[in-house]
Amino acid sequence: MTATTRDTMTNSTATAASPEARTAAFYELEPHHHPEGASTMLGFWIYLMSDCLIFAMLFAAYGVLGGNFAAGPGPKDLFELPLIAVNTAMLLFSSITYGFAMLVMEKGKVRATQGWLLVTAVFGASFLAIELYEFSHLIHEGAGPWRSGFLTAFFSLVGTHGLHVTFGLIWLFTLVVQLSKKGLTPANQRRLQCLSLFWHFLDVIWIGVFTFVYLMGML
Amino acid sequence: MAIEAVDHSHWSPLLGRLWWDAIPPDPIVWATFAGVMLGGIALVAALTYFRVWGYLWKEWFTSVDHKKIGIMYMVLGLIMFIRGFADAIMMRLQQALAFGGSEGYLNAHHFDQVFTAHGVIMIFFAAMPFVTGFMNYVVPLQIGARDVSFPFLNNFSFWMTTSGAVLIMASLFIGEFGQTGWLAYPPLSGIAYSPYVGVDYWIWSLQIAGVGTLLSGVNLICTIVKMRAPGMNMMKMPIFTWTALCTNILIVAAFPVLTAVLTMLSMDRYLGFNFFTNDLGGSAMMYVNLIWIWGHPEVYILILPIFGVFSEITATFCGKRLFGYTSMVYATMVITILSYIVWLHHFFTMGSGASVNSFFGITTMVISIPTGAKLFNWLFTMYRGRIRFELPMMWTVAFMVTFTIGGMTGVLLAVPPADFVLHNSLFLIAHFHNVIIGGVVFGVFAGINFWWPKAFGFKLHEGLGKISFWCWVVGFYLAFMPLYVLGLMGVTRRMRVFDDPNLQIWFVVAAIGAAVIAAGIGAFVLQVAFSIWKRKELACDGDPWGGRTLEWSTTSPPPHYNFAFTPVIHDIDAWEDMKRCDVAAPKSGFLDIHMPKNTGTGIILGGIATVFGFAMIWQIWWLAAITFVGMIGYSIAHTFNYNRDYYIPADEVAETEAAAHGQPLPAGA
Repeated sequence: MTATTRDTMTNSTATAASPEARTAAFYELEPHHHPEGASTMLGFWIYLMSDCLIFAMLFAAYGVLGGNFAAGPGPKDLFELPLIAVNTAMLLFSSITYGFAMLVMEKGKVRATQGWLLVTAVFGASFLAIELYEFSHLIHEGAGPWRSGFLTAFFSLVGTHGLHVTFGLIWLFTLVVQLSKKGLTPANQRRLQCLSLFWHFLDVIWIGVFTFVYLMGML
Repeated sequence: MAIEAVDHSHWSPLLGRLWWDAIPPDPIVWATFAGVMLGGIALVAALTYFRVWGYLWKEWFTSVDHKKIGIMYMVLGLIMFIRGFADAIMMRLQQALAFGGSEGYLNAHHFDQVFTAHGVIMIFFAAMPFVTGFMNYVVPLQIGARDVSFPFLNNFSFWMTTSGAVLIMASLFIGEFGQTGWLAYPPLSGIAYSPYVGVDYWIWSLQIAGVGTLLSGVNLICTIVKMRAPGMNMMKMPIFTWTALCTNILIVAAFPVLTAVLTMLSMDRYLGFNFFTNDLGGSAMMYVNLIWIWGHPEVYILILPIFGVFSEITATFCGKRLFGYTSMVYATMVITILSYIVWLHHFFTMGSGASVNSFFGITTMVISIPTGAKLFNWLFTMYRGRIRFELPMMWTVAFMVTFTIGGMTGVLLAVPPADFVLHNSLFLIAHFHNVIIGGVVFGVFAGINFWWPKAFGFKLHEGLGKISFWCWVVGFYLAFMPLYVLGLMGVTRRMRVFDDPNLQIWFVVAAIGAAVIAAGIGAFVLQVAFSIWKRKELACDGDPWGGRTLEWSTTSPPPHYNFAFTPVIHDIDAWEDMKRCDVAAPKSGFLDIHMPKNTGTGIILGGIATVFGFAMIWQIWWLAAITFVGMIGYSIAHTFNYNRDYYIPADEVAETEAAAHGQPLPAGA
């Protein structure tokens, strides 16, 4: 509607339209509501893509250094696929349970949301525990990150993922407390959605790690 | 003046590596330190005496207003620019003196720190804050928004950048800075060859500042995508906003690479990993690739917004719509994409083979096509325009000439066989200063002269501005044309002493050029000081230049909320459109305005990050642990603060607008 007012004006009738009509065509005079946090999901998505690039660099480093064993152990000497399979299952389950948390959040059930979050945390913590066990086992065998280019790249890639999961857990517990204090306010729902993106993102990264590092390493 | 290698292996649990030997054994540094301390004490005393600490804290440091944060970025950039220039003068003097058996006045350890610090400071802590400052200040105004998408994050980003700057300044007096060149290639930057704190200062100042840069990139992308005024579709955005969008996409897609590379280098240095080591399967060449995958987009991060500045200025001072708006947008996007596939041209000589070198040589040459399209757009905008040669336009014309020369020597370097001769020579140094000074620095001065009246309500003094301009332009050519000659004669970069006396005259000319540039900087500082003193005489209305975009439709300086009523956009150059249609701003019917509250969280987190970086550099592990936990704890605590916004009541808006209308109104209002 405003566009039409303005279009008629460029047809050399600018002065014909009343000053009020011109003002109304060029300024928003009615109150309008900006939904709070409208940019948050976009912003967080962009941040995640930047995080994805950090992993891309670590994958690239693994691609370059992954074959440099420096006369030390290689993937076949070190990786125990059954253990990694259990670990992968832990993380995948945690993604499913996070999904359940989001479903009950949609229904406005605070307690149930917290419950599913805590279940997610248990799976996430199990994943971390198994990873730490694997790391300590490798280091104990003399296959620490300082042993070779391959192990440097391996520990850095897997370890960075593990650090992300750790931060995800801290974030998750923070949100459980937030929910106790404020309930499912729009701000807290937004935060849960961001953590959801983050958590599933880590799952996707892990599938890359599992495929390229562990499975292809055993070929 | 050779200095014996000092044993820095001392470590204690309480102070880490920090010990008396951290004081640099160099009278030049002591004198500088004394000067800085005296100046600092005088400044603190003055601020205390005039009781401005509270004002600074409340109105600036904790402010989430994009305009104030933008200005703080510019101040940070200027301070660091002067520091970086001091390094430049020292190098020019050393190289002009160190002939015929003379060692000059800088020992090798000091000289190597000076050229490293010069590069790092100028790129990360002068040029980056300048362009981020412009984008912060101008973009929300140009798109008719009241602030950025995440105002608190914006404040936090600024303080993280400042934290990095503080660390790099500390390295001057406590310990040392890297002696590796600005990109710190391993194995030289590895623990074996740089065992002391220099490279760690480099790592942590960039790592911390990088967080700020990345978050500010995310913030501005969201702002541009989500917060444009109604009617402003993508192809009606002002060109500066377009270049800002592409720049921030580059930032988000490039800075994580730097973060990753710095982390890898830290792992090698702190934990004995083998990413870039010579033995045990590391690859130093991987570092060079990775750092330039960030580094090449970085140069476009600096120049793209400056292209936007020049576009706005050219259209404004020629009184015409920008020629070829659409091609300008596409050229910007093409440069954004191409900037990712040229990185290898920084190391043709590393031995990637003819095919790889050819690919990167050709992509590099191709990038000059969209850049050339931009230049023709500016030229055709000027063609038959009513050009007003005010200061911003003068800088623009100087840029067009200088940047074209720099661009052509760049295309020359893009030819791999030529690069094999010129790699790491002074020809390269002349080339990139030709585009960075002729492009970014000239653009920063153009932009400051252009938007200063908007930010402060008065123009900068023209006479002093012209002195600054001519000193800069003449000084630039005097300082860098000799380097092209020296480069062609085979002189490599980063040399401290010379044998061949025939070379000296060129270095002397270059040093004189640097002195003329110093006069230009002095004139600029005078220009600012004098203009502030004479601000009543230089006062202007909201639209002093006959502007075309929305920032000129508000008062100068704009009110806290930018626009009492959100403008509706129908055409490119929205403000020009409003003036043409003789639209009056509404004088009544004001509404409450929803605004974000100030917070001290940003500066506090920045402060903790500084201490954390310092502790990591000096390996004071207990302090690093406490500050790390402190940062996370404080961030979590911040999420429990729900008291983040407020409403400016309609009455207050009406009052502000009435008071603003007391000052001369923009012509169309």
